[in-house]
Amino acid sequence: MAVMHVNPTRMELTNLKRKLNTARRGHKLLKDKRDELMRRFMEMVRENKELRRRVEARVADANAHMAVARSVMSDTAIEAALMMPMQEMSVEVAEKNVMSVLIPQYRTEFRTEDNADIFPYSFASTSTDLDGAVEALSDILPDLMKLAEIEKSCQLMAAEIEKTRRRVNALEHVMIPQYEETIKFISMKLEENERGATTRIMKVKDMMLKQAHPQAY
Amino acid sequence: MYKIGVMGDKDSVYGFSSVGLTVMPVDEPSEGIRLLKSVADDFAVIFITEKLASGMDAEIQKYRERTVPAIIPIPGVAGNTGVGMKNVSRSVEQAVGSDILAD
Repeated sequence: MAVMHVNPTRMELTNLKRKLNTARRGHKLLKDKRDELMRRFMEMVRENKELRRRVEARVADANAHMAVARSVMSDTAIEAALMMPMQEMSVEVAEKNVMSVLIPQYRTEFRTEDNADIFPYSFASTSTDLDGAVEALSDILPDLMKLAEIEKSCQLMAAEIEKTRRRVNALEHVMIPQYEETIKFISMKLEENERGATTRIMKVKDMMLKQAHPQAY
Repeated sequence: MYKIGVMGDKDSVYGFSSVGLTVMPVDEPSEGIRLLKSVADDFAVIFITEKLASGMDAEIQKYRERTVPAIIPIPGVAGNTGVGMKNVSRSVEQAVGSDILAD
């Protein structure tokens, strides 16, 4: 690992030691964050798969009803029946903070409370299969919204986990070793200078002694 | 206040209009991409048929890291193509490094 380009001074050494400390603490925190995110993510993604399996089966079911309705009614008749919906759904998005990931929470609102309002047509002119299809769709709507919520959360968490993992790895394998080596390099350089200074002083002392007592040598 | 939309071929999406969702019948992926761009800010959730979703995957990925809209593939009348599940697996892969929940 490369040693950073710094001056081997005591000030630089103190700075680097402080930086190394911060890096170590950040690394530990980020590692904890990654682990906790991962735990929650695994829980959520299992639920996501389970829910998706269920929802997909039920959407297929509703589609089957629709296919039958389509076979007994003409396209224009179906379109006319569904063209003017009475019900309107809107959603309020709240954000929940999970380990610094903002995951959405949906609160749905309907224009009318009446459940029968999902049928915007007269029953006289349409097939019962259309009723079945519409009812099936209305039944799975809460699950669909739940699926949307969970799936979006999973996507957001996955992105955050990836980011956190990268940061952890960068700290662990690049930053921290680099700091450690630079600190080692500087302290060795400083020790070397110190030894150099000691020998020089000893040498000077010798020379001065020789000058003072030439007969002793 | 956001709306909830359904995008896909006409046969798959029309049923949703009666339960209060906004339907956007789209057949071509290129058309879907354009439509998605223009409506993305009004919708909190957009359900999209798997068939259409597989044609405009690159565009959908752009919304992956945004809180709104959530773009959720659902099976259309053409049947279940597995795109939705693959999408979930992709999240696992992104987070873990490999799909450890594959079955």
